Amino acid sequence: MNRAKFFRLLISHAILIFMAIIIIYPLLWTIGASFNPGNSLISTTMIPQNPTLDHYRELFAGSESLQYVQWYLNSLKISLFTMIGAVICVSFTAYAFSRFRFKGRQNALTLFLLLQMIPQFSALIALFVLAQILGMMNSHWLLILLYIGGLIPLNTYLMKGYMDSIPMDLDESAKIDGASNTRIFLQIIMPLSKPMIAVVAMTGFTGPLGDFILASTILRSPEYYTLPIGLYNLVNDVMGASFTTFAAGAILISIPIAIIFLLLQKNFVSGLTAGGTKG
Amino acid sequence: MQARKIALLLSILPGLGQFYNKQWIKGLLFLGFGISFFVVFGDLLNMGFWGLATLGTEVPRDNSIFLLAEGLIAIIVTIFGLAFYYVNLRDAYKNGQRRDENRPMSSLKRDYQNLIAQGYPYLISGPSLFILIFAVIFPILFSFALAFTNYDLYHSPPANLADWVGFDTFAKIFTVDIWRSTFFSVLGWTVIWTLVASTLQVALGIFMAVLVNQKDLRFKKFYRTVLVLPWAVPGFVTILIFAGLFNDSFGAINNDILAMVGIDAIPWLTDENWTKLALILMQGWLGFPFIFLVTTGVLQSIPDDLYEAARIDGASIFAQFRNITMPMILIATAPVIITQYTFNFNNFNIIYLFNGGGPSVPGSTAGGTDILVSWIYKLTLQSSQYSLAAALTILLSVFVIAIALWQFRRTDAFKEGA
Repeated sequence: MNRAKFFRLLISHAILIFMAIIIIYPLLWTIGASFNPGNSLISTTMIPQNPTLDHYRELFAGSESLQYVQWYLNSLKISLFTMIGAVICVSFTAYAFSRFRFKGRQNALTLFLLLQMIPQFSALIALFVLAQILGMMNSHWLLILLYIGGLIPLNTYLMKGYMDSIPMDLDESAKIDGASNTRIFLQIIMPLSKPMIAVVAMTGFTGPLGDFILASTILRSPEYYTLPIGLYNLVNDVMGASFTTFAAGAILISIPIAIIFLLLQKNFVSGLTAGGTKG
Repeated sequence: MQARKIALLLSILPGLGQFYNKQWIKGLLFLGFGISFFVVFGDLLNMGFWGLATLGTEVPRDNSIFLLAEGLIAIIVTIFGLAFYYVNLRDAYKNGQRRDENRPMSSLKRDYQNLIAQGYPYLISGPSLFILIFAVIFPILFSFALAFTNYDLYHSPPANLADWVGFDTFAKIFTVDIWRSTFFSVLGWTVIWTLVASTLQVALGIFMAVLVNQKDLRFKKFYRTVLVLPWAVPGFVTILIFAGLFNDSFGAINNDILAMVGIDAIPWLTDENWTKLALILMQGWLGFPFIFLVTTGVLQSIPDDLYEAARIDGASIFAQFRNITMPMILIATAPVIITQYTFNFNNFNIIYLFNGGGPSVPGSTAGGTDILVSWIYKLTLQSSQYSLAAALTILLSVFVIAIALWQFRRTDAFKEGA
């Protein structure tokens, strides 16, 4: 028995260590690359012989084709406003669906269900064509509006499911005490929906940060780029030519996001499964 | 004739029914709205519907694409107009009914209070609906409409007009040889990609969660943190890093790892099959941590009593796993697992950022590893074959909706929402 246990644990540790190496290797390699002198991948080694901070300096030097700070700010701005907009739109709409029985409610719910199934890139051709003709190119606000629109259907459903599980008695007793609808929403429903709001806020913030397809359709000039497009162009303009600079840029964006994700992971998962099973 | 019928008939012109009911202010409001609707939108409706029908007749005066857009906006405006019209008719009828039954008419003040009370849900969901209509529904309708035109590089404004061609583009996908072969090879790879990559990440995630969750395993916290890392790092960053790692001539995988064990360089980015393998492995790496997280949550919520009871009944560890652990995991995570499949079906980022869908295939608009989404993207942005791209978008949406509907029927989420 003890022998079996020993082998089981030994094999478990072996597999886990193997996986850990596979996971950590690319990350360490990137960190190494960012400190390597020179631009290309050829000379890149994991532990640089003569480490340099040149690439980090280059990021902030602000050349014509590499406006890292600007991209960072663009991404932050778009993510932040998408997050705020999505949380406001989604929570109000979900509150309406969860607590009121109004005409057209059923139709609206069906519409939301249908819209969440149609992938948003269906709109890609229209956006490309219209943005070109109408001169909406490079508009961050258009992009923010598109992101919010894309987030509404699914997240409203999740949020509604979550709010449905908050007992009605709470609203009713507040109503008897004379609280208005908006007050009930802000002081009772919102605080109780915090885990789900965290999920919506998180998807609202990270969605635009990882989006390539819509952003690359609308944003065309380097000063308007978001980080994904900027970094992609950095790597692909001359393949491998600026990989080390890219690595430096990638690290500066990954570390804050990774920390937020790791801190909030419990919230994220519990909120998602709770809302998900409710539908 | 009953008052309700007269009021209803008179209301064909907005406001008149209300006048008949002696509700002057309300009547004026309705009349005012009705007139201003046509004053404001008259031109748009006229132009829009004409444009929608013809897509323009004269170059360079008419721009087919503008006309199509205007036409769709005209339709949306018309729907709102009809809704308003319905409210008008209903109000006249309701008040006429009150007269028939000799009940007092609803006063404007009461109507207003009613509107505020009943209108609350409309008021708070209004902005969302507005955004949805213009940021989601309108573009989707527009894309879908393009599928039934011949809009491409040779039929584009201002030099040329586009025209309605019905289902021609769809027919061409299946009849023109080069289109058909490309379509089916892309579709085939899309399906294989979705199934293999998603299954790999789900299986890996569940396996790792079970492994780490063994009671007597040490360093749990360390392993958990490490295994979650790929989920925490932004996806586009990791994909671009991997593109560098897999690079045929400079990448560390060929130069360091494979060279160390004495394997020759593998053409990761230039040979179709190797690219496919690399993509699937990468998606496994990227996707398993999320499943790992969710499964870990489920595992921790399975009560110990279950295992206790099973042990007393003499069930082996394997039997316990098969009959307790696995069913619990699958039931709780089924919705999450299904979303992994739909996500990968449309996983544009990994395909496009890794290798641009390449390596390119001679004579085809799609690269060797393009899935439907990335092919549509290329058709739109690179070769301006808008109508073909739009037709493919519709086919793909139908496919996705069918799967989603099937999933919803199974999980009963829709019933609950109803």
